Amino acid sequence: MEQASSRLRLVLGPVLFLWDATVWRDFYFRIADEADVDCVVLGEVVCSKRQHFHEPLLDQVAERLKAAGKAVRLASLALVTNEREVRRTHQLCTRDDVEIEAEDLSAHHLLRGRPHAIGPLVNVYNGAAAQVLAARGARSICLPPELPLPAVAAIVRDAPDVDFEVFAFGRVPLAISARCAHARVKGRTKDTCQFVCQDDPDGLPIDTLDGEHFLALNGVQTMSYTCQSLVAEVPALIEAGVAGLRLSPQRCDMVGVAETFRNVIAGRLDPRDAQAEIAARYDGASFSNGFLHGQAGHRLVPSAAIGGLPD
Amino acid sequence: MELICPAGTLASFRDAVDAGADAVYCGFRNETNARNFPGLNLTPDELAEAVFYAASRGVRTFVAVNTFMRAGNETLWTRAVDDAAALGADALILADLGLLAYAAERHPEVRRHLSVQAGAANADHIEFVVEAFGVKRVVLPRVLTVAEIAALTRNARCETEVFVFGGLCVMEEGRCSLSSYATGLSPNMNGVCSPASHVRYRPEGDETVSQLGEFTINRFSKAEAAGYPTLCKGRFVAGDERGYVFEDPVTLDALSQVDALAAAGVAALKIEGRQRGRAYVSRVVGEMRKALGDGHGRAPRAIEHDLLDRLSEGQRTTTGAFEKRWR
Repeated sequence: MEQASSRLRLVLGPVLFLWDATVWRDFYFRIADEADVDCVVLGEVVCSKRQHFHEPLLDQVAERLKAAGKAVRLASLALVTNEREVRRTHQLCTRDDVEIEAEDLSAHHLLRGRPHAIGPLVNVYNGAAAQVLAARGARSICLPPELPLPAVAAIVRDAPDVDFEVFAFGRVPLAISARCAHARVKGRTKDTCQFVCQDDPDGLPIDTLDGEHFLALNGVQTMSYTCQSLVAEVPALIEAGVAGLRLSPQRCDMVGVAETFRNVIAGRLDPRDAQAEIAARYDGASFSNGFLHGQAGHRLVPSAAIGGLPD
Repeated sequence: MELICPAGTLASFRDAVDAGADAVYCGFRNETNARNFPGLNLTPDELAEAVFYAASRGVRTFVAVNTFMRAGNETLWTRAVDDAAALGADALILADLGLLAYAAERHPEVRRHLSVQAGAANADHIEFVVEAFGVKRVVLPRVLTVAEIAALTRNARCETEVFVFGGLCVMEEGRCSLSSYATGLSPNMNGVCSPASHVRYRPEGDETVSQLGEFTINRFSKAEAAGYPTLCKGRFVAGDERGYVFEDPVTLDALSQVDALAAAGVAALKIEGRQRGRAYVSRVVGEMRKALGDGHGRAPRAIEHDLLDRLSEGQRTTTGAFEKRWR
């Protein structure tokens, strides 16, 4: 168990929200100095209009992370439609000084024949699809968050040459649109947005008319209201042969979140006790793990029902 | 431009052929296509009959196997592709990379079209599927403006097909798991969106509440018709805003864009609505045929917009992403 578990990597996913540039930079500086993660994915994934905010700081942040011993990847845009987005994706994919994570298949195409990573918004639902991407250079794939555990295990089995990551922490990206609902609810459109999504650095909750929390807006992206947490499922994910866990940044103690995951991976913390610790690190959040259990994604199967490490 | 028409039953398939479709698309009665609704779609025997009916009238049959193969259950999808090929489908409409590879290897003679569910929104993505799987046509996601469609069609080494009428996805197709979050059933893996099995209507005072799973999607006063609770067309509260957060209950009517799409080099126009009844199929196809001319020299004629309006689900229509201001 110890030996198998020690290989599981922690990957900090890209910040999916629009954070103030200074906050964003300082977040990564703290990650560099304090967080026990193996790899950090940087870059704007959700909206091309946001890219100018952090781009001037990108190299500085990447260097700091590398100096701290972390692997760094740069992420491409998830939805590439206009000429400018196409051009930027081309520019990114010509870089050979850093690993690129393709968040759409145009980036994968541009990276063909070179080692690269695939992000969770590319549809990989079976081993055959993973093999197609692997044949063109994909070395690691973060699987779609909605996959149940038996599917994860089958994909890992059917594409043994690929390192698979699972989306283990964070609000789940559920949909992306050409239209910006976030701007729309604030009386604007995508073209006149004035970056209103910056006011909601952890997402803007969408409630039902009955006042129940349901979803969250992040610019053109729609996310879950709940924060997915698969910390209690770490032993099952190790058993399934997963190579990495992705932690998606929220406005909470991400260094602490990584520490809790690491302690479970290393066998220092009983996974049945770990969810309570995660909850303490993200005050006020609601959690879910339904997708991995083949249920509605918003559900939370209690830790006690999942089982922990063998005694 | 070709006119590509929907059919959810053998009867509406024949109606679409009779009303002037150049091709009719349909799917099998299971999770292998994105309209996996109760009582809808064709059995292999019905598909054989449909292909024969269409072929003897010079009309082609496209078969959508456009959901994603669930790991561990791949044979359901590969069998659908094998059956469609064996029964004489003129094209397979596919989205899953693994299934595209399978179809290209096992049935290279059957045309492969990239489904809208693959969400190919740019020329590089299209080049990937042309190079890897010999895809001949791409159905474009409903996230593009007419100008973007024109640029993309210019740069693509295959044909493009676009939706011009019917239901409107607000989210990029094939990248939406809102329904799975609410119900556990997935558009990509199970072929359902806002599945009827999880829909409830309950009276509450003077209102009717529509629910999907445990979530209230809308509330209707007596004066309003209670619409189907499609998740992205529901009323919610976000910040100070209370209403249709993603999209009003509208449907797509982009007939006003037909000339621009022709100028953009688009090869085919597509009508959404395999789940709709026979009246919808024959009337919409008939009106669209008039708008396009008969393809044998008869000029386009004016269409009855009132009729099409009445056939639109929400009674109100939009040109959607075709016009930039929609965003």
